[in-house]
Parts: sequence; C-alpha cells; structure tokens
Amino acid sequence: MTRLPRWLIAVAIVAAAFAVLPLVGLASRADWAELPSQLASPSARTALWLSLRTATASTVVCLVLGIPLGFAVASLRGAARAVLRAVLLAPLVLPPVVSGLGLLYAFGRRGLLGETLDAAGIPIAFTTTAVVLAQAFVAMPFMVVSVEAALAARDGRLEAIAATLGASRSRILAAVTLPGIGVAVAMGAVLAFARSLGEFGATLTFAGSLEGVTRTAPLEIYLARESDPQAAVALGLVLVVLAIGIVAIAARPGRKVVP
Amino acid sequence: MKVRAAVATGAATAVGALMLGGCGGSPENTASTVTIDVYAAASLSAVFTSLAERYEAANPDVDVRLTFAGSADLAAQINEGAPADVFASANEAQMDAVAEHLDGVPTLFASNTLTIAVPTGNPAGVTGFVSLAAPGLALVICAPEVPCGAATVTVEKTLGVTLSPVSELTSVTDVLGAVSSGEADAGLVYVTDIGRAQGVEGIPFVGADAAVSRYPIAALQTGSATDVAAAFVAFVLGPEGQAALKLAGFGPPDAVASE
Repeated sequence: MTRLPRWLIAVAIVAAAFAVLPLVGLASRADWAELPSQLASPSARTALWLSLRTATASTVVCLVLGIPLGFAVASLRGAARAVLRAVLLAPLVLPPVVSGLGLLYAFGRRGLLGETLDAAGIPIAFTTTAVVLAQAFVAMPFMVVSVEAALAARDGRLEAIAATLGASRSRILAAVTLPGIGVAVAMGAVLAFARSLGEFGATLTFAGSLEGVTRTAPLEIYLARESDPQAAVALGLVLVVLAIGIVAIAARPGRKVVP
Repeated sequence: MKVRAAVATGAATAVGALMLGGCGGSPENTASTVTIDVYAAASLSAVFTSLAERYEAANPDVDVRLTFAGSADLAAQINEGAPADVFASANEAQMDAVAEHLDGVPTLFASNTLTIAVPTGNPAGVTGFVSLAAPGLALVICAPEVPCGAATVTVEKTLGVTLSPVSELTSVTDVLGAVSSGEADAGLVYVTDIGRAQGVEGIPFVGADAAVSRYPIAALQTGSATDVAAAFVAFVLGPEGQAALKLAGFGPPDAVASE
C-alpha cells in the first residue's frame, strides 16, 4: 500500500476514537469485582439464555426462508428486481419501532392475520414466537443479500454442465449451486444471528417484555438501567464481547462482509 | 481529568440540545428573554405544556422549554450534566437521586394513583382489580423496577391479589400503547393517563389508594436562571398551577396511602 497523507491518518484516528470511546465508556462504568455475581443473577442468565435461543431460532427461519428468497430475487431482471430488492432490504434501515408496529398490525391480536392465527390456536402476541418473528423480520435481509450477491457472482457454467449431464433442477441446486455459495450462506447466517441477538425496538413494540418469555438481553439491559445501572453495564459488556466475536468470525481480512 | 470532564459535559450538553431542539424557539430571539429548561415526568406532559404557555403569557420575557421523559431518565441526565433549571419528578426517589444539584428543598405539588385501563368498550369485561387475575386475560403492567410498577406491587400486596401479566414494561406510556392497540385486554396506569390516551377507558378500583405516587418539584443549581426557575416552581405550587393539576386528575400533594 502507498503511504497515506498525514492529515488522513489524523482524521482516521479521530474516527477510530469515536468508534471505540463508547465501548471504553461502558467498560469504565463496570464494577469489575461485582461483574461475575451480576451476570450470575437469575434475571441476567434467563435473559441471555432466551436471547441465545431466540436468535438461533430466528437464524434457522432466515436460512429456511431467506435462501429461497435470495434465489428468487437473483433470478429476476430489471426494474422488478430493483424494486423487490429495495422492499425486501428495507428492514435493514427501518427504525426498529416501525418494524415492531408493522408486525403488530400484521400478526398482533387485531392485526391482519392475528384473528385467523388466534382462531387456529396459534397465539402470537406476548409469546416467545413473537420475539423470533421480530428478530427474523429484521435479520432476513442479511441472508437474502448474501445469497443474491453470491449468485450474481456465478456465471452458471457448472449448472449448465450439470444440466447437459441430465441432472434435475433440484439436483443441480443441491449438488452444484448451494455448495458453491456455502460461504455466503454461512456469512449471512452469522450476521443474521448477530442482528437477532441485538434486536430491541421491534421486540419491545411487538412482543412485550416478560422474564423468561419475551425479555431478551437487550430488553433486560433497558429495564435494569432504571434500577441497577451496574447490572445493565455488565450484561451490556457481554453483548459487546459477543458482537465483536461474531463480526470477527464474519469479517476476517480479505473477506467481504456483504459481498 | 479536566479534559475528560469537559468532554463529558460537552457531550451531555449536545444531547440535551438535541432533545430540546424540537420544543422551543430560538433562545436568542430577543436579547432580554430568559430561557428556563424544565425537566418534567412524562405523566405531566399535557398539564405542564398548558402551564408553561400560561406562564409565558403572563411573563413575556421568559421562555419555558420543556423536556418530558421518565423520571429516572431525567434524573440520570441531570446527574450527567444536563442544564436543567427545574425538575418535576413523578416520585420522591428520583428527586433524591439528584439531591446534590438541588437549589433549595423539593416541594410536593401533586399526587397520582393507579387505575385500570382497558380498550374502549372493555372487550374482556374487566370489572375490578380481582378480575385482572382471571386466567387468559392479557394484562400488561409496569415492571417493578419503575415507579408505576412499584405502585402496582404495593396494591397487589395490600389487596392480596397476585397478578400474572403477559408483559412488564418500562413506562406507563408503553402500557397505554399495548392497551390502546388492543394487544392487551387491560393494563395498570395512572388515573391521569386515561385522559391523554385514545382508544382507552379507565375502570376505577377499590384499593387504588393503597399506593400513592407523590410528585416533588425543585429548582436546580445546574441551570443558569435560578431566580426565574424559583418563580416557575412557585407558579406550579400556586393557585393557578394547583387548579390545572386538579383539573387534569392529579390528587392533592399531601395525599397519603391508606392502609
């Protein structure tokens, strides 16, 4: 790499400090001696365990639904693709509270599908299912965009060869295309998991907050901040470590996070 | 150390300025205008907005800027250096939390009790506090960590009723939102919240006076206009302020919980 101008390095240092200082601030307020006991408290452990379970379920939903959706988007051309892509990726940038309201008016008790679901004996409101739905809604775009971009980078030659050898469409998909985009799918899954773990606004708006049922780690932090800021910091640090760890896995040097 | 303190104060001021940006006009519109920043509990938003307008009409040289949030959030902001002139808290604990910044002694100016909120038409047929414990009823309350939740626990203990809510939220506003959207069948909120919410009706219950939230107000040293701040506090405590609070449904400042 060529040598950088000094002013650029100076600005970069300011930018890096801007990114790191809030994490340092969080760490500076932690009561390190009390940290283990704060994290061992029943409410903190319950919230973390619920977060890990729901984020895993949400990632599975993103894999099952997001991969076919990514294929479908990649198969489109022109304006249809651009419009569909923009709509499907919107949850990435929507304010989470807006996502939560949308989910409420779709799957809530008085939502578009709420009464049908209730009648079918599938209550969504205030259940762990609602948490998973909220997480999957905001995390799905990561899977769709990963799959779509990976497919766009393929020239289709291997698939064409497989077809001349008489392989069925499903066989080509399973034996040629999917293994070819495996890395992208894994990346999408890791990012979807991380986004699910951090979900807060949509969950609070749509699912509510009850210990062991809907109160995930971010919601527990929000609540603890009122009465026990130290406990909020302790749990916050766990999420910081998890987030950095996950991004470190997904974004190793030389690898694009979102291709 | 000095630099760090300056950075912290600067950041807090910037946050305060951002939050106030939408409320008041430019503070420098006339050279002789004095601006005071009044930090008030969210439950006071309607009545304090009208009181501030009346105070400004009577004192054209004063500009009252209002910031509404949960009392715990406001207390935290004041402790982090927000330039507040007056603090009106929804409970005494949060006033105690800012004790070192007080200019004078806090005075109680209003009180509030809990009531049941149901969606308009009361679809679940709630009749009183005991009916809130009915199985299958989607009840939403404040978490015990926040003032309205602490009041809820007190009423539960006094009446000997154990509630099983589907969600425990961090603010009365969130509880109102869950009820007015029809997601919840019932919620416990303050008497004064019923009037400010749409799609919600109140059901008074026997025993509500077991938990009385008392509201203290005080001028602060963190502000820049302590004389005007003291005058505004006197206005809230005076006949006009007290009449407006009574009209909004608040109880007398010296209310005590019944046994």
